[in-house]
Amino acid sequence: MAEVNSPSLTERKPLSQIFKDLITPIKTVSFSSKVWDRFLILIIIWGTFAYIHQLQSGLGITAMRDYSTWGVYISNFVFLVAVSLVGFLLTAILKLTGIKWATPISRIAELVAVAAVMFAGLSIIVDMGRPDRIHHIPLHGRFSSPIVWDITVVNIYLIMSVIMLYLPMIPDLAILRDRYTDAPSWKKKLYTLLALDWKGTDEQYKLLNRANRIMMILIMPVALGIHTVTSWLFAVNSRTGWDSTIFGPYFVSGAFVAGTAAVIIAMYVYQRAYKLDAYITGKHWDMMGKLLVLVSLVYLYFNINEFLVPGYKMKKLDAEHIRALFVGHEAPLFWSVQILGMIIPIILLIFKPFRKPLPMMIIALFVLVGGWLKRFLIVVPTQFHPTFPIQNVPENFMVYHPTLAEISITLALIAGVLLIMTWFVRLFPIIPIWEIAHEEGYHQVEEEAKKPESAE
Amino acid sequence: MLEFTKSETTEKKDRRDFLKMLGLTIGAAGAVTTFTSTTLGATNLNSSKSTLSLIGPDGDLVEVDPAKLQMAEEIVSDSELLREYQRRGREGIPGKKWVMVIDLAKCQNARKCMEACQGAHELRPEQHHINVLRMQDTPDTAPYFMPKPCFHCDNPPCVKVCPVDATFKRQDGIVLIDNLRCIGCRFCVAGCPYSARIFQWSEPDMTEEEKLRTYDVELNVPQRKGTISKCLFSADRLRIGKLPYCVSACPNGVYWFGDKNEDAVTNGTTGETVRFSDLVRDNAGYTMHEEFGTKPQVFYLPAKDRRVPYDEANRMTTQN
Ligand code: SF4
Ligand code: SF4
Repeated sequence: MAEVNSPSLTERKPLSQIFKDLITPIKTVSFSSKVWDRFLILIIIWGTFAYIHQLQSGLGITAMRDYSTWGVYISNFVFLVAVSLVGFLLTAILKLTGIKWATPISRIAELVAVAAVMFAGLSIIVDMGRPDRIHHIPLHGRFSSPIVWDITVVNIYLIMSVIMLYLPMIPDLAILRDRYTDAPSWKKKLYTLLALDWKGTDEQYKLLNRANRIMMILIMPVALGIHTVTSWLFAVNSRTGWDSTIFGPYFVSGAFVAGTAAVIIAMYVYQRAYKLDAYITGKHWDMMGKLLVLVSLVYLYFNINEFLVPGYKMKKLDAEHIRALFVGHEAPLFWSVQILGMIIPIILLIFKPFRKPLPMMIIALFVLVGGWLKRFLIVVPTQFHPTFPIQNVPENFMVYHPTLAEISITLALIAGVLLIMTWFVRLFPIIPIWEIAHEEGYHQVEEEAKKPESAE
Repeated sequence: MLEFTKSETTEKKDRRDFLKMLGLTIGAAGAVTTFTSTTLGATNLNSSKSTLSLIGPDGDLVEVDPAKLQMAEEIVSDSELLREYQRRGREGIPGKKWVMVIDLAKCQNARKCMEACQGAHELRPEQHHINVLRMQDTPDTAPYFMPKPCFHCDNPPCVKVCPVDATFKRQDGIVLIDNLRCIGCRFCVAGCPYSARIFQWSEPDMTEEEKLRTYDVELNVPQRKGTISKCLFSADRLRIGKLPYCVSACPNGVYWFGDKNEDAVTNGTTGETVRFSDLVRDNAGYTMHEEFGTKPQVFYLPAKDRRVPYDEANRMTTQN
């Protein structure tokens, strides 16, 4: 069984090689990686200053006004929640259905999920007019509000995703504890603590597998819930463009697209930066490419439903909204997103030559940026088509062009996600060592890890 | 029967303000209207000569020495006053069910309602609790002006979506906002299909003195940065038996306001009181976009026989 799904079908890698390849990224931090994280930290500091400014002067420093009351912050929130759903897709759905090829990238997916959902929560706080009153939510929370549902399920999803990232990492932590002997003492302590006395006995594996399986099942309703409820933040309002019954599946399918694209980009970067070609192989690229086509097709189907049906009826306010998207003010953005971010990627990825690392990474970038802009198009333009005309307000109430502060804060949030993904690799193996070893047919991995390196 | 005092009482201003603060109203001749305060409980009332007669919360007549009232003023701290405001603000005025009727045929876009409202609630020129819109339903139908306050819906989506109960519906039908509770998520703005809500994007325009006033949830003053504000049916005025600011400011008789339970509405310009049900039935009254299922409590009378030509009126509609 293990051999069939082995990432390298040609020859069996020596176990010590696997250890070496996968532990090296933790041992040495390259110069470019250092430059990269300084760069991210600078963006975060800059964004923090912008946020302090916003705290002092109020949300007035953003471009949001009474008729565009939600802007890029809420778009960020929806986007990050969407991206985080890929953890559930790649680790839970694929594994439970017995699909094994995703093993080496499941940790990447779970990491993307954890980092994204953490900053999704922050995006909401950034959007609040009175973040100093955040304790009012537990104190005075009313269960009739979808925000309360959303906060509940986002937190549950975050906790569950952390557990799902952690559980399958326990054997690896034990390997690190035993193998990575020249680690600084704080790292050693960390590994020892987190490895929970893992010995790799059959009984422990049995327990671990069972726990994993339970988590995979439990996370299903939560993952579907998190994005469905997020879509309801819009769909429960009687507003043109949001007043839709398919928003739940429309958002979930869109989320799989954005998340898959995010994982493809992460795969590319990790593979290049840490020379993981032997672990993330052509087969993974091929399968991920096909997966992106599949989820994009589903998303395309929901898009057609979402726009064609109201576009056919052209009810008064729907007509205004749809005209703005199709031929009006929003049209250039709308069509770029639909064509460059969805249709062309689907067409290209059908052909095998495009399912190679570099082209796929570029396509995935388009899909991901398109995914963000699509969230923006869902959140913002709708608000400019209220039931009654917008009158007696200044010009700047009738348009929404994000300000420097909003853009800075948004970039800082994205930088935060990337920073977590950067730092994680310096602490933990990004490819599951034990799972690879097991697939290669090695057992007693934990025992082997204890043997001194020099003996090989 | 519902009666609104149309003119100010001639009480000495400072004392009247104080009594108002306590939720008291003193009629000019000692014969008194409602009295809801509990803050006087601590004051030991005695029977000195020149006393004021007040009706207590249970309807009993109490004699109050003005000197003692002065003392009470000193012992009533800001936080006690605030607590009282918040309590009665949540509770509402028992037995009432407020409604408004807006006669579109009469609106000439004078905008006195908007002015009065912005003055009372410390709003900026671009912030509207009530907004007079230029409407034209189809190219073939006549244009008209439509004052649009909050509709104080009986099934208010804004209340449903608020995560912290900062926006709430009271027993007298008024939908209010507690600016000390609101977290500024703006879900209610998204939820209100009538664009009735505004947000304090920046520090509100207020003098230092205004900022120091004790927050009154029935007035939304002082306005708070980062929170929501909207039409309150002038709950503070109703409490002292007066018509809302906009209603009394209108020079053209557009507004009728009153109590649905009593089936009576009073015109803010003429002071005439009529049956609410007759008014709405005889003039084909309706509510706006009831297809949302929100059950608005502001009724409109159709814009028929408009006397002011739209073009001329249109000229007055300048952008702020
Ligand atoms: S008009 Fe809007 S703000 Fe007023 S009660 Fe109805 S939904 Fe709420
Ligand atoms: S902005 Fe304030 S009043 Fe409106 S829903 Fe949020 S907490 Fe409630």
